[in-house]
Amino acid sequence: MGRIHSLLAAAMATGFMATPASAYMVYVSNERDNTVTVVDSTTMEVVKTLNVGQRPRGITISHDGKFIYLCASDDDTIEIIDTSTMEIVGTLPSGPDPELFVLSPDGKTLYVANEDDNLVTVIEIESKRVLAEIPVGVEPEGMGISPDGSVMVNTSETTNMAHFIDTASNEITDNVLVDSRPRFAEFTPDGKQVWISAEIGGTVSVIDNETREVTKKVTFEIPGLRAESIQPVGVRITADGKKAYVALGPANRVAVVNTETYEVEKYVLVGQRVWQLAFTPDQKTIISTNGISNDITFIDVATDEPVQSVTVGALPWGVVVSPN
Amino acid sequence: MSDGATQTLPLRAPPFRLRNYAICLKGILIREGLRFLNQRERFISSLVRPLLWLFIFAAGFRQVLGVSIIPPYKTYVLYEVYITPGLCGMILLFSGMQSSLSMVYDREMGNMRTLLVSPFPRWFLLVSKLLAGVAVSIAQVYVFLGIAWFWGVKPPVIGYLLVLPALFLSGLMLCALGMLLSSLIKQLENFAGIMNFVIFPMYFASPALYPLWRIQESSPLLHKICLANPFTYVVELIRFACYGQIDWVSLAVVLGCTVLFLGGAIIAYDPARGLMIRKQDTGGNG
Repeated sequence: MGRIHSLLAAAMATGFMATPASAYMVYVSNERDNTVTVVDSTTMEVVKTLNVGQRPRGITISHDGKFIYLCASDDDTIEIIDTSTMEIVGTLPSGPDPELFVLSPDGKTLYVANEDDNLVTVIEIESKRVLAEIPVGVEPEGMGISPDGSVMVNTSETTNMAHFIDTASNEITDNVLVDSRPRFAEFTPDGKQVWISAEIGGTVSVIDNETREVTKKVTFEIPGLRAESIQPVGVRITADGKKAYVALGPANRVAVVNTETYEVEKYVLVGQRVWQLAFTPDQKTIISTNGISNDITFIDVATDEPVQSVTVGALPWGVVVSPN
Repeated sequence: MSDGATQTLPLRAPPFRLRNYAICLKGILIREGLRFLNQRERFISSLVRPLLWLFIFAAGFRQVLGVSIIPPYKTYVLYEVYITPGLCGMILLFSGMQSSLSMVYDREMGNMRTLLVSPFPRWFLLVSKLLAGVAVSIAQVYVFLGIAWFWGVKPPVIGYLLVLPALFLSGLMLCALGMLLSSLIKQLENFAGIMNFVIFPMYFASPALYPLWRIQESSPLLHKICLANPFTYVVELIRFACYGQIDWVSLAVVLGCTVLFLGGAIIAYDPARGLMIRKQDTGGNG
């Protein structure tokens, strides 16, 4: 009893808050209505909606959480949003039609896929300078970077390739053929593998980062669904490297893949046309953007159960969570 | 002892103590429970029906009916998750009607008459019989929910606890309705009529299988009929309770209907005023 009393007293002392200590901000880019929706990860409520440039898609955040970088695709620019004021404070020269990008582990460089120009643009954030433009395959989209920052992978949707780029020289070192319409590239936390999703192919290719060969293909099968409606897009891997989450587009599900067996352990039902995914920094929750149903779904990572769906703007595309 | 004497007893200084009532209630509960347990087929068949809907019907209609977020759900649910509260309601509905069948049977075979001439007040005997029916149907629902859990229908743990009062109240309402109907049935064979004219319309004109907004889309009139159906509120009361919430409108409607049906049943079974006299006049083989 004494212990219970002391626990109660502790709860009272902390302001009677039953909520977890970590409340993160979730930023969602809404492709159709040109907004970014801010959602509190604890209350799962919309906090703010911000008007941004045209056709916002790729979204990421600086490692200190102070700035959001947003691809305003139809404005051919990357917008910088100050998270403390939620105002656009600047832009980066992205090149035409930026769709998706990846921030280097040191937080200094942004690698941008320019969909219409078949280029990957390398931008130094501090100086807002373009360091390099790397020609890649047709319709580049997926961008992944190794944990040590030495290798960057870009996928080109029409060429159906994963291009391995040495970040020191900004040159392509390897091209690996994957299945049709590769959308996303994600390194495992140990940097040994890259997982590439193929939207039309309906698979995720696992490429060995040393041999640069496809070592495994993850396939998906959902009873009652046609194979064509299973279109893998966003991929995220847990920090412990044990589970991979794959957004399956119009299948309206997120697949949970065991990274040892490469078998799908579960299909989590979310909203319609699930596109991108993001973990909260504590890795307790993963959030999916559901384009057609205009909402995001919070999934509990421990149980892989969907917790709640929250309506955001029109056609939510990308999602990022504040690091603190 | 005449029927009249049975009626007047409770109006005077009641000769029974609470303990006597408890013994009577216990007797009726045990009889109903034993009857249920002894009829294994009845137990299995009462589970097979909702399980068929859950395993086969839900699988077939999973894609057709689509998904949408409606309270109390906070995110998208599979069709089998959606229909589970409705299937719980279905168990209660069939069970309530089954109780009414047993009333007709009891009346025909004389058991009910024996019970009704006992010196306890008529209302108490009827309510005891009702509670026995409700207890049996709640047991069925929990077994069904247990099986559904293995099928991936997993409401929060607290929901299993909170659904109990909702099941109790809903069961009471449906059993009372069954009892009221049983007073109107002349003979056992008429139960088929109850099936077609009461159970199926009540079941299909409810959100048990599809959300009401879908019905509203196809027919506003049908939507109004659904809203006038007490079973609609039974399903919603159970659905919200499964997710730890109270749907106050449903609670009020179910509570009101329970009082109404129970009152009606007590009056109908009152030999001085009720429909029993009329029934005896018109015959039947009871």
